Amino acid sequence: MHIEVNQLNKHFGDFHAVNNVSFTIEKGRLIGLLGPSGGGKTSILRMLAGLETPDTGDIVFHGKRVNDLPPQERGIGFVFQNYALFKHMTVFDNIAFGLKVKKQPKDQIRERVMSLVELTGLKGFEHRYPHQLSGGQRQRVAFARALAPEPQLLLLDEPFAAIDAKIRQELRTWLKDMIERLGITSIFVTHDQDEAIEVADEIMIINKGRLEQKGTPWDIYKNPQTQFVASFIGESTIVSEVHKLKGFEDASSWAGTKALIRPEYIEVGKTSEFKIISATETGRIKHIHFRGSEWMVEVQVGDVTLITYRSLEKEVLHPGEEVNVLVHRAYLFNDTDSWIMENKLKEDPMPVHI
Amino acid sequence: MKKLWITLTYLVFIILLIIPLIRIFYGSWAEGWEGFIKALSRPQSLHALQMTGTIVVLVTLINTIFGVMLAIYLVRATWLGPRIKQFLNSLVDLPFAVSPVIGGLMIVLLLGPHTVIGSFFEDSGFKVVYALPGMVLATLFVTFPLMVREVMPVLQEIGSQQEEAASTLGAYSWYTFWKVTWPAIRWGVIYGVVLTVARSMGEFGAVLVVSGNIMNKTQTATTLVYQDVENFNVLAANSVALVLATISIALLLLMEWAKKRKGH
Repeated sequence: MHIEVNQLNKHFGDFHAVNNVSFTIEKGRLIGLLGPSGGGKTSILRMLAGLETPDTGDIVFHGKRVNDLPPQERGIGFVFQNYALFKHMTVFDNIAFGLKVKKQPKDQIRERVMSLVELTGLKGFEHRYPHQLSGGQRQRVAFARALAPEPQLLLLDEPFAAIDAKIRQELRTWLKDMIERLGITSIFVTHDQDEAIEVADEIMIINKGRLEQKGTPWDIYKNPQTQFVASFIGESTIVSEVHKLKGFEDASSWAGTKALIRPEYIEVGKTSEFKIISATETGRIKHIHFRGSEWMVEVQVGDVTLITYRSLEKEVLHPGEEVNVLVHRAYLFNDTDSWIMENKLKEDPMPVHI
Repeated sequence: MKKLWITLTYLVFIILLIIPLIRIFYGSWAEGWEGFIKALSRPQSLHALQMTGTIVVLVTLINTIFGVMLAIYLVRATWLGPRIKQFLNSLVDLPFAVSPVIGGLMIVLLLGPHTVIGSFFEDSGFKVVYALPGMVLATLFVTFPLMVREVMPVLQEIGSQQEEAASTLGAYSWYTFWKVTWPAIRWGVIYGVVLTVARSMGEFGAVLVVSGNIMNKTQTATTLVYQDVENFNVLAANSVALVLATISIALLLLMEWAKKRKGH
């Protein structure tokens, strides 16, 4: 289903939950609504479902305005955060609910439910009640139930929030495959950036009721358009006096400019590990933390502490050791503008002023 | 020390509940089975028991339907402002706070034969006060909080998500109520029904004021017991009381059973 949302607004009392949000979604895409809790993501999802009425703005499905259609008529499937399974019904009856409402013939319902049970790997569990299932199984029942009436749009509210970390990983992959296979337009809400980056074709970053940026995960990571997006996606350190760092002296020509530096923009190591020593700073290792697959290194450069990662393959650094630090690039921003600045010394192998 | 308290509790329990019950039982059997039957088969006894039965059925029916409805509105309705909800919510408890006699008096003052509304009904041939409708109203007033207070917490606990899920699956409110909401609140409603039956069967004050206690016309079982006691007809009073007490005990057992089921 092709979806278009124009100038959507929603207030809850004095709280402006959704603020002038507009976007379009192509048919068959898997979209992640990403943002901090209480940012308005769920409100947008609920308005798309018809569970909440927008104050102003239009919601258009397939070129038809659906604002005044009740949820029953919108042809959507909704997976709730806590699944909201019907407690007193078996897995079979839960999945069959949407089909029974439509008064489909019994054998047809049976066929469709059994095929969904098969698809979601719930075979053998049809006669269990929700309280007899694990979190992951409940999630799959909720998914199957939402899909049963063949909706044109699938909406998922924090679909993995209530599942423990290990199974979450499996379910993410499973859900992505499943949605790709069915080709159904889907929107899911999450506050977990890894989840959004991993699962979604496209991400919409929502903060304080506003749509900050919409794009592919790579796009958003590479070209954050607002400071919020830059700081929300990935890890980062904010440096207020960036012109003090080598290679970024030019930054001083914009007053009040700060920099956001991601760990992966920073390289740290012994002098022998760098080709262009002139582009590096000297720093002192403050702390190192073992992170399972790499070291996380806190390094003190002047009065700034930078955070970066270091491969386990390289020589182990120790706290207090003096090291060289190369900052490849920084994301600069001030009140009016934001841009990416490369380390200019790194670009020039024979700097003139040395 | 602990033992002393336990003994004391049992003692209070026995003195206040068991001994009176035994007294009623012996009192009604003072002249054997025949006396018991004779006391119950008096026309006024039969009429009073029938009256109580009618009131119980009508009140339970009305209270169940409107109690469940109000509970749903108070918990779910988004079109009611929070202030109005709060006001209605505290209004529900009014009958708990106000003495039933005063509740009955309010009905007489509002709908009595000398009031505007009362005389309007009277003129159209429909007697409210000193007749069955007034007695049903008075009992409704007293029992109204019971159903609402039983069902509201259950509704709050199950939340609205299952109902919302049903609506996204294409079900409209009536279908959703019977297939999703009702199975969840069913045992709460049954518990509320039991309480309503017990309360409306035993109601005395409000009904006494509204009915005028006219023998063979507006007399209920409880007001008959009162009258029999006044007339020193202890045997008859005990017999009718025994019938009421037996039904009450049966209801209590039913209630325990419902409570256990509610937990599941």
